[in-house]
Amino acid sequence: MYEKIFEKYSPEKENLIYILHEIQDNHPQQYVSEDAVTAVSEYLKIPRAHIYGVLTFYTMFSTKPRGKNVIRLCESPPCFLKGSEKVLRKLRDVLDVKVGETTPDGLFTLELCACLGVCGNAPVMMINEDVYGNLTDTKVEEIIKKIKEA
Amino acid sequence: MKFYRSHILIGVDDSSLAAGVKEIEAKLREELDKHNLSDEINILETGSFGYFGTGVSMMIYPEQTTYANIKEEDIAEIVEEHFLKGRKVSRLILNTNLLRKYDFNYKRRIVLKNSGKIDPENIEEYIGIGGYEAWEKALISMDSDKIISEVKASGLRGRGGAGFPTGLKWSFTAPIDAPQKLFVINADEGEPGTFKDRLIMEGDPHLLLEGLMIGSYAVGATKAYIYIRGEYKLCIQRLEKAIAQAKEYGILGKNIFGSGFDLDIMIKIGAGAYVCGEETALIESMEGNRGEPRNKPPFPGVQGAWKLPTVVNNVETIANVPSIIKNGASWFAEHGVEGCSGTKVYTMMGDVNFPGLCEVDMGTPLRTIIDQYSGGMKDDKKFKGALVGGAAGVFLSDKLLDVKMDYNSLQDYAAVLGSGAILVMNEKVDMVDMLWSVIRFFRHESCGKCSPCSRGNEILYKLITSIRKGEGKEEDLEQMIEIASVMKDTSFCPLGQSLIMPVKSAIENFREDFLAKMK
Repeated sequence: MYEKIFEKYSPEKENLIYILHEIQDNHPQQYVSEDAVTAVSEYLKIPRAHIYGVLTFYTMFSTKPRGKNVIRLCESPPCFLKGSEKVLRKLRDVLDVKVGETTPDGLFTLELCACLGVCGNAPVMMINEDVYGNLTDTKVEEIIKKIKEA
Repeated sequence: MKFYRSHILIGVDDSSLAAGVKEIEAKLREELDKHNLSDEINILETGSFGYFGTGVSMMIYPEQTTYANIKEEDIAEIVEEHFLKGRKVSRLILNTNLLRKYDFNYKRRIVLKNSGKIDPENIEEYIGIGGYEAWEKALISMDSDKIISEVKASGLRGRGGAGFPTGLKWSFTAPIDAPQKLFVINADEGEPGTFKDRLIMEGDPHLLLEGLMIGSYAVGATKAYIYIRGEYKLCIQRLEKAIAQAKEYGILGKNIFGSGFDLDIMIKIGAGAYVCGEETALIESMEGNRGEPRNKPPFPGVQGAWKLPTVVNNVETIANVPSIIKNGASWFAEHGVEGCSGTKVYTMMGDVNFPGLCEVDMGTPLRTIIDQYSGGMKDDKKFKGALVGGAAGVFLSDKLLDVKMDYNSLQDYAAVLGSGAILVMNEKVDMVDMLWSVIRFFRHESCGKCSPCSRGNEILYKLITSIRKGEGKEEDLEQMIEIASVMKDTSFCPLGQSLIMPVKSAIENFREDFLAKMK
């Protein structure tokens, strides 16, 4: 099932991060499963331990199933100064999950991340590929509501 | 060629995308169509205008009206009033009192001179304003020695943080005889508060490519990579497009301009790790490994990616190169101060009126940067301090407001310029909170390779957390400084070595904030 992705990349270790990105992006639960790791290991002829080492090193990768929408709230100093802690409380409230958890309906996973480079609009979060800035309590509620309704 | 009576420039970057710029642009096209104005009025997507917190903005030429915080429902009114009736929609005009305080400084800009002015997705616009002339000049009339001595003479120093002379770096790799050499752009911008490289890549991707081409030719690299962080989707898209266009125009590829020189540029995407900004960690990541730093020596310039000689330079550094080649080293050295020439792009955040970017001469004092180029302190609150250089930076107090900001002058005060991130804090901010946030960041990003860093961060985090809760003792402050200095001496890479700067400066310059938590 990963052949289509493998076809695009020659079997060299330098393509590992690309392949993992693509596998994760194409999985409805946005993670890299054990099966996928085995398949990549066979294709690139590198040990599974190496792949897990890479997967757990970079924050963008997950080895656990996640929600349809992965929320990544920036907690770096510029966002912190502009109230990211308050936004985090609101997100935990609205979603009723802790950091790292997924809502029971499988819609949202709440994560924290380091600087996203959009500090002019702090506090900032990313939901999947989209950036949301100048967050306030009301804005957070609206954004979550909009995604739920979509 | 079509002639238009008006041009609308819309700033499209991550910030305005977050504010819905695409929907607004579509609505604008629809309204212009409805009034049969599409042939008279041209819409151009450009990079960031440089100030943020103003939602979707557009600038209309030739009258130079700037509308900000535009919503979809405002579009019909703008088209009817502004374009049909010729009356400005005053309620949407960017607050002119504030704007008067904001100096774009376009005259002195080098790396952001085109940003917000041209369409970054159209190579012809870049060529139209003299783009790729430097590349042609370098390739046709200059050899490696000549380029490197020009860059050396310009005094250009690395803009990623360390400030190493760029020409000197190139001169280590150029003479090496190897079957393959590589040139890598470090676009893994992860220093908290830094987004200058994103704005350069989003606003003027061809400028980076041109600098990269010249650099590659100078050191003899026929393969070049741009290592870019995975979160920067728009940069990746625009660079991919720019590379494809350059190939199509024969500016990149085989036997460029008939010179016999071949060059291929590829994009490598990261996956979120601060430590990968360190050049050897970046190389590890490029090879498909965990991004843990390597031993130096051998330095990458001698033995880098896949053991090939590899020059690694920051985006902003390389974006300076085309202007140096085109206008000469002495032109460049007229910018900035002695020992630190050129300009610096700062990303301004926190309690200022215009968080965003500014590009000013090296040596411009912090006070001027805040007052003249960032609109001053927000709500006229009092300046308390600034975190300069990102998390691996220094907490400056108001005593240093008038110090020249350049690599050498700041060093005299045990401070650094770093990546150019400036987080401005007003009198209300508690420095204990800020230091806690900085240490929490490092604790998360420590890669785990060496114990001084991973262990040290853990202890620092415990100490600062207890101080923040009001459970700390005065001797904890001395202990924190001591731990950070041991980390400086014993950590494997600059990540762990950096903690001393924020820790020591926060405690020494704002001791009263810490003591207040201990009463």
